[in-house]
Amino acid sequence: MDLNAPIAVKIRGICNHFGDQVIHDGVDLDVRNGEILGVVGGSGTGKSVLMRTIIGLQRPSAGEIEIFGEPMTDEENEAQLDLRRRWGVMFQGGALFSTLTVAENVQVPLREFYPNLGQKLLDEIAAYKVVMAGLPANAAAKYPSELSGGMRKRAGLARALALDPRLLFLDEPTAGLDPIAAAGFDELTKDLSKSLGLTVFLITHDLDTLHAICDRVAVLADHKVVAVGTIPELLATDHPWIQAYFNGLRGRAAQSAVDRHVAKGA
Amino acid sequence: MANKAEFTEEQGAKGTTLRVSGRLTLSNLEDFPQRLDAIEGPAAQIDITAVERVDTVGAWIIHQFSGRTGAQIIGASEEAKRLIALVSQADADVRVRPEPVNPVVRVVTEVGDATVIALRTLLGLVAFFGAILMASWDIIRNPRRLRINAIVHRFELVGVKALGIIGLMSFLIGIVIAQQGAVQLQQFGAETLTVNLVGRITTRELGVLMTAIMVAGRSGSAFAAQIGTMKLTEEIDAMRTIGVSPIEALVIPRMLAAVIMMPLLGFYATLVSIFGGGLFCWVSLEIPPITFVQRLQEVIPITDLWVGLIKAPVFGAIIALSGCFQGMQVEGNAEEVGLRTTSAVVQAIFLVIVLDAFFAVFFSQIGWI
Repeated sequence: MDLNAPIAVKIRGICNHFGDQVIHDGVDLDVRNGEILGVVGGSGTGKSVLMRTIIGLQRPSAGEIEIFGEPMTDEENEAQLDLRRRWGVMFQGGALFSTLTVAENVQVPLREFYPNLGQKLLDEIAAYKVVMAGLPANAAAKYPSELSGGMRKRAGLARALALDPRLLFLDEPTAGLDPIAAAGFDELTKDLSKSLGLTVFLITHDLDTLHAICDRVAVLADHKVVAVGTIPELLATDHPWIQAYFNGLRGRAAQSAVDRHVAKGA
Repeated sequence: MANKAEFTEEQGAKGTTLRVSGRLTLSNLEDFPQRLDAIEGPAAQIDITAVERVDTVGAWIIHQFSGRTGAQIIGASEEAKRLIALVSQADADVRVRPEPVNPVVRVVTEVGDATVIALRTLLGLVAFFGAILMASWDIIRNPRRLRINAIVHRFELVGVKALGIIGLMSFLIGIVIAQQGAVQLQQFGAETLTVNLVGRITTRELGVLMTAIMVAGRSGSAFAAQIGTMKLTEEIDAMRTIGVSPIEALVIPRMLAAVIMMPLLGFYATLVSIFGGGLFCWVSLEIPPITFVQRLQEVIPITDLWVGLIKAPVFGAIIALSGCFQGMQVEGNAEEVGLRTTSAVVQAIFLVIVLDAFFAVFFSQIGWI
C-alpha cells in the first residue's frame, strides 16, 4: 500500500454521545485512497455509529470530517449533494427497498441524481451491476423477499455501486453468511475494489475477512481509534483488546488458515 | 461544461470512425447515450484516445456501441481497458422486469389465492379456538396452572389504561347522538324523546360496540404485535422446548383479560355516553338532570342492559382470539408483524360487527325489543 496515497476520508476529533453514554471521544482516522480499511472493535464500541457519522446520518457533537479534501457539513447545498454521490453504502441487512425489484433498487440512486438517463440505459446499467455484484441473471427481476441473505447483501452492494462511487462503506458484509458465501463476498469486494479503484471502509467482526482482504485495520476501543495498521503491525502493539482479539483462539485459527494458504501457494 | 462527453463522426477509408472526447462518466453524460444510439452503424472504429476519464457506465456505453455496430475500440487507456473488460464480463442476458402475466389470469389467480387464504384463516381460527378450549380444560382440571399474575397484569393493560380514551370517546358519542337526535326530533316537537334515543341506543348497542372497536384497536393489535415479535425472536419456540405451553402462558391470560374487561369497559362506556347525552339535554334542551334520570328509568327496560352486557364478553373473546391467532401466524420477518397486526384488528372488528348483527336478530326474536 502506498503510504503517500492521498487521503480519501479524514476524521479528526470526532465525539459522539447518546445521553450520558459516551461512544466516541476524539476519534482520529485517515482512510487512504484505494485501500481497504477494516474497522474492528467490540460490540458497542461504535463502529456503525462512526460509519453513520461519516456519511452524515448522525451529527457528531464535535469534530471534523473531510471527504476527498472537502469538509462535510449539515448544509443541504449543491456541494454536499455532490459529495454524497461519491460514496456508496451497503447496510448490514442490505436495506433494500422491499417494494422494488433488485433492478429497480439499483436504479433508485441513478434516477434520483440523473433523471435524464433513458429507461433503456437504466435497465442496461442495472443489469450489468447486478451481474457485477455476483448475482445470477434471474435475480434482477426478483423482490428482496425472494432472495436469500447472501443474495440480498450482493443486491445491496449492487445498489451501493450504482453511481460508480470512489468510496464504498460496507457494514458487516459477511455477518450472517455461511463461510462459503462469506469467502465469496470477500473475494468480490477485493476484485471490485481493485478493478474499480475503490476505497473501502469495511466494518467487520470477521477475522477471516480482515486477513483476506484488508490492507489496514483500525481498532476502535476506549472510545477512540487505539491503533491503525497492518495485522502484523497491530500484533506488535500491546493493547490488551488487540492482543485478545488477534491472539485469541479464533484469531490464531484465522491466522493459521492464512499461513497454510500461503504455504500451499508457495 | 468543458468536460461534457462529446463525439464526432469521421468518414475514413475503412468506414465511419467515432472520436469521443470529454469525460465519459455518469455526471458528464447528459444526452451522449441518446445521440450515440441514434447512429445506426455499422461503424469501423470508436476512438477514445481523447477521453479524459471513464467510469463503468461510460465503459458500458462504449462496450454496448462496439457490440451493436461492430466498431473496434481504439486508443483506450489502461483504466478504460480494465473497465471495459469488467463490464463485458458482466454482460449477460438479464431480465430486469418480472415476467408480465396475462391480466385475466392474474385476476383469477388473485381471487383464487384470496379465497384459499380466507378459508385457511377460518380453519386456522377454528383450530386455534379448539387449542384454547383444550388448554382451558387442562387449567380447569388443574387450576393452579392459571397464571394469576399475568392475568392481573393484562387487566391493567386492557382495562385500566383504556379508561381514559374510552371515556372520552363515549362522552363525545353521547353528545353527538343527543345533538343529532334532537335536531331531527325537534321537527316533530318531540325533543324529549332524545332521552329515549340516547339511553336505549347506548345501552343496547353503541356502548359495547364502540368499546369493542376501541379494544380491538388498542389491545387486539397489541396482542398480535407482542406475540408476533415473540414468535420472531424465537421466544415461543424457547417456551415450547422448556415445556411451557404458549397457549397457556400467553393466550389464556390475554383471553381472560379481554373477556372480563370488556363487560366492565362496555358498562363504563355506556354510563359515560349517557352522561354526555344528559349534559347536552341539560344545556341545550333544558331538560334538568333529575328529569333526565327519571325518564331514563321509565324508558330503558332492564333487558336493554342485558342485551349490551351479554355481548361484551363474546366480543372480548373474539378480539383476543384474532389478536393472539394472528400473532401466532407470524413467520419470517419483521414486516410480517405489521401485516398480521393489521389483519388482527380488521378481523376482530369485522367479526364483532357480524356477531353484533346476529345478536340483534336473536334478541329481537326472543322479545327483548
